Amino acid sequence: MSHSPTLAPQPSPAAAFLRFVRAYGQETAVLVALLVIVVAVSLINPNYLGPTNINNIVAGNAYVAVAAIGMTMIILLGHIDVAVGALIGVLASIAGTLAVNGYPIWIAWLVPILVGVCVEAIIGVLVAYARIPAIVVTLGIVSILKGGLITVTQGVWISNLPPDFLIAQFRLFGIPSPVYFMVGLTIAAGLWMRYAPFGRAIYAVGGNVEAARTVGIRPERLTVGVFALHGMFAGIAAVLFGTQLQVIQSTVPNNLELTIITASVIGGVSIVGGRGTVFGSTLAAIFFSAVSSALVFLNISAYWLRAVLGLLILATVLADAMRRRQFH
Amino acid sequence: MTCLLELSNISKSFAHVRVLERVDFDVRAGEVHALMGENGAGKSTLIKIVAGVIAPSGGEMRIDGEAVRFSSPKEANARGIATVYQEMLLFPDLTVAENIFLGHAPRGPFGAIDWSAMRSKARALLDSLDSHDLDVDTVVGTLSVANRQRVEIAKALSQDARIVIMDEPTAALAETDAKRLLDIVRRLRDRGVGIIYVSHRMAEIFAIADRITVLRDGMMIGTRNRGDVDQPTLVSMMVGRDIAQLYPKVDVEPGEVLLEARDVCCGDRVSHANLHVRAGEIVGVAGLIGAGRTELALTLFGITPATSGEIRIDGKPVTIASPREARDLGIAYIPEDRGRQGLVKAETIAQNIVHPILDRISRWFFVNLRTERSLAAQSIKQLSIRTWGGEQIAGQLSGGNQQKVVVAKWLGTKPRILIMDEPTRGIDVGAKAEIYALMGKLAQEGIGILMISSELPEILGMSDRIMVMNEGKLVAEIPRAVATLESVGAAMTNVDRHQETER
Repeated sequence: MSHSPTLAPQPSPAAAFLRFVRAYGQETAVLVALLVIVVAVSLINPNYLGPTNINNIVAGNAYVAVAAIGMTMIILLGHIDVAVGALIGVLASIAGTLAVNGYPIWIAWLVPILVGVCVEAIIGVLVAYARIPAIVVTLGIVSILKGGLITVTQGVWISNLPPDFLIAQFRLFGIPSPVYFMVGLTIAAGLWMRYAPFGRAIYAVGGNVEAARTVGIRPERLTVGVFALHGMFAGIAAVLFGTQLQVIQSTVPNNLELTIITASVIGGVSIVGGRGTVFGSTLAAIFFSAVSSALVFLNISAYWLRAVLGLLILATVLADAMRRRQFH
Repeated sequence: MTCLLELSNISKSFAHVRVLERVDFDVRAGEVHALMGENGAGKSTLIKIVAGVIAPSGGEMRIDGEAVRFSSPKEANARGIATVYQEMLLFPDLTVAENIFLGHAPRGPFGAIDWSAMRSKARALLDSLDSHDLDVDTVVGTLSVANRQRVEIAKALSQDARIVIMDEPTAALAETDAKRLLDIVRRLRDRGVGIIYVSHRMAEIFAIADRITVLRDGMMIGTRNRGDVDQPTLVSMMVGRDIAQLYPKVDVEPGEVLLEARDVCCGDRVSHANLHVRAGEIVGVAGLIGAGRTELALTLFGITPATSGEIRIDGKPVTIASPREARDLGIAYIPEDRGRQGLVKAETIAQNIVHPILDRISRWFFVNLRTERSLAAQSIKQLSIRTWGGEQIAGQLSGGNQQKVVVAKWLGTKPRILIMDEPTRGIDVGAKAEIYALMGKLAQEGIGILMISSELPEILGMSDRIMVMNEGKLVAEIPRAVATLESVGAAMTNVDRHQETER
């Protein structure tokens, strides 16, 4: 190698490790916290690590992780979507209704995903071209979705779902299918965001819209595309959510959007956009269910869960604010 | 003559950076004391110290001979110091009178605001500034920049200011408004107010200043009476060396015309621009802030596409409707505001460098990481970017090195025409010299450069030809051989102003 004075010597493995931890600090922190919780709780109550509970923790919340992938992209752009919980409720009901009315199973799986893409694309257009803040648009959408769902279904639960439809209950090598979805989609999305031009463009627009514009990226078009993609993940999440049980409750799941946003934020997405990965959000989604399960095993009231998560969000956002000072 | 304000041995450091070093400065009653220096020389810091916005790290400040120490702008206000800021600090939804008396409105019985007294006092103040046309009940948000400035000045006077600081007050003004402002400044002076006047405009300084102090790199270079100094002397005091030394102009025989604009318009911001850039040529674009120079660049680069007229590349007419099209035609644009338009600070150097060419270095939907890494390493070497490697976060670099990353990112597109908007704003002298050297090298390689700059010495030092913009039009074309501070400056400010400043 030439010895240019401006180039530092090749970093040692230890330095490379430190650099990785610094660059992916939040992801590392969530992973460590997850391990600490698992080890600590299983020491107190070994049943915590039983196969059933592991399944509950990882598979039961996989749909949150899948939805958090899309949410991570939205937050990366500097937007937010508070309608995604209601949307997942509606999409799950659509899937269930199609399934019990004799439509082919694949239609029942595919239609909610397409509807999710359309709804989020419309949100994207309102945000990008009409320049309405995403929080306002999605608050409006929440009311429409909630009201519409109750009006159409009268709150009746959908039961008698065909067994073939219940994809979330399928297993391969003893592992429930949602785990495959979660892991596969996280890796695919993570690599795509890191290495594909479109993924890079998300970070560029989230980090500095004007700079992105000067390099030929069209931020408005990209925003609509990312919302549509987020709709796709919401659709997949809805199918996983709706096929977990034998029935689908025709109501909007309570606070689901907050759980999803929390996973993204705790996973390390900067709330002002531009930084964060889907690996972090998926880890955070697992962490989330590990904590809520731990509360059960430790006999602590579940009401503490929200409070604990609230504190975690504040701590994460504070850490993010402090880190951001380095860059500005 | 008595000194209203005296600063002696004032120093200021931020973190480890010395911004001011033992500066002496004073203001007498009834004089205009001009403060000059290049960007980053420490003018703003000095002004902020006087205004009480920041506290000095060392030295002494006296008012009427009495030592003072301000811990807030309010304390400075109480001692009769008022500032008319570049960025206007008025409340757009309040009226003129309310703005003038905000915080010290005349009170009636029971402490209620005496509205009629406030309005009549505001009226009197504006009249004393010869601004009879300004209605005290107008909402400030609807006023022009010039009128807002008058409101700011009236506000300063309403607090019985004896020392008024004006930071580039004419930077955003049209010619007639600037002329009126100078009249107001004279009125203030004749009333015995001491004025600290910061401006880059030489002609203006010579028209209005009684004394001129020059700062460079945080040091006081000297204070001169207006009569004892001429423009070249001032420039060399500001720049600190001969212009020829700082600007290593390389003589390149210009080649074919690469870029040509014919009657290009963009809304009312660029009107009928005609210009051409040859291979190996550096064309400087001079003009005041708001003259439409950046708008011209944005039009040529397709960010705000031309609304009429014709752009030719290599003699062939083209349409440039987006930055991507501009890039594919071989045009690169290094923007004026590095932070806002140039860099994604949270991303790495390598990621920033490949932004404009993501599509070119991708295969099967994925960026070729090997190309990315080698391009980053090559750029770091070519531009001597001081970093430990391409994986360093861009926001952690110093200003000069960030600018080099922006330059590297656009050189990566292999441009033939390079538009540089204020290429050296806010970076230190060393980095400046490197950027200039690079420009010379690029010109030698046959790249045509269009350089927009507000720093006249830079324009004069680097350009083969100088185009001057004024109110959206290209008003003059001056070859290097005959260009002087005076000839370019005269074209920048129109004839009206020129006559006015000579009186």
